[in-house]
Amino acid sequence: MILKPSEAYSRRKFLGIAGAAAGMMVLASSCDKDDDPMPGGGVDLGSGDIGILNYAYALEQLEAAFYTKVAESPFSGITATETALLTDIRDHEIAHREFFKTALGNAAISNLEFNFSGIDFGSRTSVLSTAKAFEDLGVSAYNGAGKLITTPAYLTLAGKIVSVEARHAAYIRDLISNGSFADSTVVDMNGLDKSRMPAEVLTIASAFLKTKINAANLPS
Amino acid sequence: MQLQHIFNEINRVDPELPERMSSRRHAMKSFAGIGAKIGLAAMPFLIGSIFKKAYAQSGPSQGAVLEVLNYALTLEYLEAEFYAMGISKGTALVPAGAPANAIKTIGDHEAAHVSFLKTAITAAGATPVAKPNFDFTADGTFADVFTNYATFLAVAQTFEDTGVRAYKGRAAELTGGGDLLTAALNIHSVEARHAAHIRSMRKANNFGNVKPWITGKESGIGAVVQASYDGEELTTQAGVNIVNINGTSISAAAASEAFDEGLTKEQVLSIVGPFIVQ
Repeated sequence: MILKPSEAYSRRKFLGIAGAAAGMMVLASSCDKDDDPMPGGGVDLGSGDIGILNYAYALEQLEAAFYTKVAESPFSGITATETALLTDIRDHEIAHREFFKTALGNAAISNLEFNFSGIDFGSRTSVLSTAKAFEDLGVSAYNGAGKLITTPAYLTLAGKIVSVEARHAAYIRDLISNGSFADSTVVDMNGLDKSRMPAEVLTIASAFLKTKINAANLPS
Repeated sequence: MQLQHIFNEINRVDPELPERMSSRRHAMKSFAGIGAKIGLAAMPFLIGSIFKKAYAQSGPSQGAVLEVLNYALTLEYLEAEFYAMGISKGTALVPAGAPANAIKTIGDHEAAHVSFLKTAITAAGATPVAKPNFDFTADGTFADVFTNYATFLAVAQTFEDTGVRAYKGRAAELTGGGDLLTAALNIHSVEARHAAHIRSMRKANNFGNVKPWITGKESGIGAVVQASYDGEELTTQAGVNIVNINGTSISAAAASEAFDEGLTKEQVLSIVGPFIVQ
């Protein structure tokens, strides 16, 4: 595929900004050796916008790994439609993961390892309740991270992804209980979805993470 | 830490940083997190107040952000009145049970969005735009919108998918907007949940062959709503081709579904124009 000039430019710009921020991340890490009393705190997401993009990349790695397992070992009683749509979701999450990996380039964190031992992949209830938790968590994570992003183009990218996560969340919730796509457990009296800050999101996600993640340098 | 050394290094790797980190963003950021400490009911007022403080002394930006809020309010008026009118037709339009409950849930959210945005705009010291008069038949294009369940859901899907695209298209303008941006994002994802459910309702009724997400630029409705879907077929993001990315087997369909696309203000106003009585 031949990139249109505007697209080629936007990629250069994206990577240019990423490169500069990666330099800052290195600086931040080196400062940390003096300031952080807890060395060896796991995979460092980095700081600034790059830290936020790596945070998103980490969450997409988690979701992609989960749905890859779901597609490999379908739960009992799965229907043809469910198989098709859960495969779609797997592909969306892989697309998100690989997009971040490519866009972040040298600034990308490594591949994470996950612990799915608490999930019974043969059980519809176990798989769907985990999927619901992951999707609602993803939506709230992107919503909460928005205000930490300083580059407008990154905010737009996050916006392009979060609404797809919300579509997933609605579908999974409806599979569990039709009509729960936006119930009062996720949408408040003002009609607003949840947002969560990185520390809360990573605490929830840590149950599924074998690799320890260090978010200490993320903006707050 | 040698601060001066670090500043020099930052300036070397990112000379535009001071410019990008405008004082306005600092002002907004300093209020971050306040929302979590107070009751939800007080949020619209609080956000308006934060907005007023942070954007004071930056006239053009305050005007620009208020413009985005009033734009959002106009779209929420449209959705809120649409569902209220649909609900008023009772089971003659929407079947009782799960369908009626879902439409009620969505309608309640849209009414809450109207109320939230009006309060926030007022608290910011501005005047919310007045509700336009709507013609949900779009001058006869959807003549049976409140008598035919299929048409009603087709218009609902179009409004929801357009709403998602409308918020997304203006998000960049709210960069650094603190809790105000968060509120807009929290509405945006609710609209996406609505869109997914309406699309599932249409599929379940054989009204359209659609999935909860948007494949290519297919509406499952017809040419009459195509403007709401044009551009969704994008498979390249920030110059990165998503199809078969990094040796995966991501199809063009999946690549387009994985990322929703924004619409400009002009595109959205052109789409909703036929529903507004001048």
